[in-house]
Amino acid sequence: MIKEIVTCGVLTAAVASIACGQTKINASGASFPDPVYERWFADYHKAHSDVLINYAPIGSGGGVKGITDGTTDFGASDMPMTDQELAAAKRKIYHFPTVLGAVVPTYNIPGVTQELKFSGSTLAGIYMGTIKKWNDKALEAENPGVRLPADDIIVVHRTDASGTTFIFTDYLSKVSPEWKSKVGAAKAVSWPTGLAGSQNAGVTGLVKQTPDSIGYVELIYAIQNKIPYGVVKNSSGAYIKASMDTVSQAAAGVSMPDDFRVSITDASGKGAYPISSFTWMLIPGDIPDANKAKAIHAFLAWMLTDGQKIAPSLDFAPLPKPVVEKEQKQLAMLGKGAH
Amino acid sequence: MATQTAVLAKPDRKISSQTGDRIARLTALFFACLLIAIVVLLLYELLWRSEAARAKFGLSFLASSEWNPVTEQFGALPFLYGTVVTSLVAMFLSVPLGLGAAIFLAELAPVKLSNALTFVIELLAAIPSVIYGLLAIFTLVPLMREYIEPFLKTILGFLPFFQGPVMGVGYLTAGLVLAIMTVPFIISVSREALLAVPREQREAALALGATRWETTWQIVVPYAKLGILGSVFLGLARALGETMAVTMVVGNLPAVHAGLFWPGTSIAAAIANEFSEAGGTVYPAALIELGLVLFGLTIVINGFARLMIMATTKKGSKR
Amino acid sequence: MLARRKFVNIVMLSLTGVCTVATVAVLFLILGALIVHGASSLSWNFFTKLPAPIGETGGGMANAIVGSAQIVGVAALIGIPIGFLAGVYLSEYEDKKFAAIVRYIADLLNGVPSIIVGILAWALLVVPMHGNSALAGSIALSVMLTPIVTRQTEQFLREVPLALREGALALGASKWKMIATVVVPAGSKGIMTGMILGVARVAGETAPLLFTAGLNQYWGGLREPTASLPVMIYKLATGPYEEWHQLAWSAGLVLIAMVLTANILARMILARGVSVPRG
Repeated sequence: MIKEIVTCGVLTAAVASIACGQTKINASGASFPDPVYERWFADYHKAHSDVLINYAPIGSGGGVKGITDGTTDFGASDMPMTDQELAAAKRKIYHFPTVLGAVVPTYNIPGVTQELKFSGSTLAGIYMGTIKKWNDKALEAENPGVRLPADDIIVVHRTDASGTTFIFTDYLSKVSPEWKSKVGAAKAVSWPTGLAGSQNAGVTGLVKQTPDSIGYVELIYAIQNKIPYGVVKNSSGAYIKASMDTVSQAAAGVSMPDDFRVSITDASGKGAYPISSFTWMLIPGDIPDANKAKAIHAFLAWMLTDGQKIAPSLDFAPLPKPVVEKEQKQLAMLGKGAH
Repeated sequence: MATQTAVLAKPDRKISSQTGDRIARLTALFFACLLIAIVVLLLYELLWRSEAARAKFGLSFLASSEWNPVTEQFGALPFLYGTVVTSLVAMFLSVPLGLGAAIFLAELAPVKLSNALTFVIELLAAIPSVIYGLLAIFTLVPLMREYIEPFLKTILGFLPFFQGPVMGVGYLTAGLVLAIMTVPFIISVSREALLAVPREQREAALALGATRWETTWQIVVPYAKLGILGSVFLGLARALGETMAVTMVVGNLPAVHAGLFWPGTSIAAAIANEFSEAGGTVYPAALIELGLVLFGLTIVINGFARLMIMATTKKGSKR
Repeated sequence: MLARRKFVNIVMLSLTGVCTVATVAVLFLILGALIVHGASSLSWNFFTKLPAPIGETGGGMANAIVGSAQIVGVAALIGIPIGFLAGVYLSEYEDKKFAAIVRYIADLLNGVPSIIVGILAWALLVVPMHGNSALAGSIALSVMLTPIVTRQTEQFLREVPLALREGALALGASKWKMIATVVVPAGSKGIMTGMILGVARVAGETAPLLFTAGLNQYWGGLREPTASLPVMIYKLATGPYEEWHQLAWSAGLVLIAMVLTANILARMILARGVSVPRG
């Protein structure tokens, strides 16, 4: 017992002495961009060893809550904060888009190795529970030539308040009036059916382990875990596979508002992937600790330049140039202490 | 040495010992009061921080199945239902198993073997919940999905209990894990209750020509029934509050279904999953209200358990 | 008819044996599974390196191990003294009614689900401190540790024979001296056992740490989110990556090794003394 206490004390002292002189920043939020954020924070720490950014990918809802309550230094979300959320925050929050990503329908059907085609209506039907089996007429019509089993579809969604959920339900609301009226678009909805996992990682895990399941996750999770994902019909009628290129096409035509809050799901454009989205870092205008403020601003500048170069290696599309320039202007304004 | 000091320093020692005693007593009393303070604080926080939800929903909270963070409509029914169902499934499995093992250990096994085995079984109680969950996810869930659930469905599918989508996770799986976690408690306490039954009772029955089993089942067990019942309530209380193992295999679907293969949820699982990101005022209050309900439930069950176990000790010491 | 009764006798008695074997087998299955799956990735890296981002190899769980040690260590520093002294009060200074209340409260606290304790620590520390911290986690664990230590202390102090106490008093010792120099040392084996078992139990708790100490990819600190073994196991087991699952197995093996060792140690200490009445 005494030994354990002494060891603890020594270790704490040792760790504390190492940690002294470091700026530790706590952030939480979306799991959608977590793979690239993890990489960014690790690389940034290698280049600037005095800055430690601890990121907890607990979901966009958690990110918004953390920044609203003031328990984190900055947040991250795949859904821009609503006017209500911004009002509740009691401080000015700035949105900084970081990367572009895609939400893909990923599935695990024994015996099916081909790429399946989905449309807005079939996806809405599956998630509403009106399309119950894999060999439903609607799915078979969309996928001629694929032998779909007569098994029940096991729907997987999120337990937590998720920006990924928002992107997915935002898309479904745009393409299915029935979905819009019955369920709607938000970070957490009342799901008609299905299993749930925590964060993108949890959903991916469930789909991977559960035969006959379907889930919606960020592209990189499906790729890294080698599970098949389907192509989705876009507003021009073409079946598009999610990729950096098709996601960038979705962002191409959009005009970015000054507060950077925009939705690009179901974008027009022949080759645009319909379930694409920006993802944002939520930065408070007034960060009380001067060291932290400096570090965060410096990180953002790095993110807009070096960070963007790293994103493609993790299958996230970099921001369009005009967006980067606009953000750099916003960052400069922040750096001057504007509130 | 004490004697010498006592004889030499009598008057001073008397005063200093009185103050010393007083200080000692007050210190010990203070820390005892601290315990009470902790519980009072706990109750206060649970009540205060659930105010928003209690004011909004009142008693209908317990009967409503809605759980919608968007419209801020919350109801406890799926969670209460899941908590109770998984615990009942667990008890249904662990009580016969536990009682059987307790009988073996108390009545049949030679003393050394009995003690050794009991020691091993009590180690099971020390295994952290998250490790049960870890094992359940990777070994039990596939087993349930591939073999056990389909098997049960074919044979017993006509019963409302054995219906539902075969996913591997769900009420049944969670109940199974809970059963394994509660069995050591049942065994440990029941065994002692059985051991406390006076020898004369057994000897009398055997002398009258009863078989070993008949003696055990018709004389010893009924004599120890209070203690055994106490162990059941103890196990039940543990199962109701169990968080990690349940949340990892219950499927996390906030709905009420009769079929045990259906994914479900429980109060503890809901809090574990959603508390960190519950935004606004009503959402966290609703989760805390769920916690309040669970708190109340476990207090009552634990209270019963304690009464029964206390009654057994009294009975045992009567001889 | 006798034959039938004899048959039933043998069948039922054998069944009880089966029940016992089944239960014991579960323990060995658990240990076996953890060793089979987890032993392979126990390496020097595992114990010394920080977690690596997805895709990179060579990461470890050093921060979780140290974090757990920190959190549990502070919890022990807080919970053991409080529990011990409360136990001393219950055993030595009974004011009938009040002591009954305290005893009931200790049992009640013992039965509170761990996640509810987490809510308490969240309300008391995370909210005012505006963030997760190892301290909040320690407070949660200490609330769980205290009643365990209280009950064990009271139980073993009570068992110290009256003769010993009266002897000390007869020699002129004051009450507190009697307690400190005679009674407590006499009951020390049991009390220590209680402390070790209590610490082992809270070291494996996950739920109270979920929203108090949280997680951290780097080293944590008293006032910062801190990784811990149980919470890491939860996160790794429920994720999709194979590397995570592998780490979860190894971490599980380390955790169970610690907990079981402490338990076996405690019971060995006790076995040299008096046998334990549980309850």
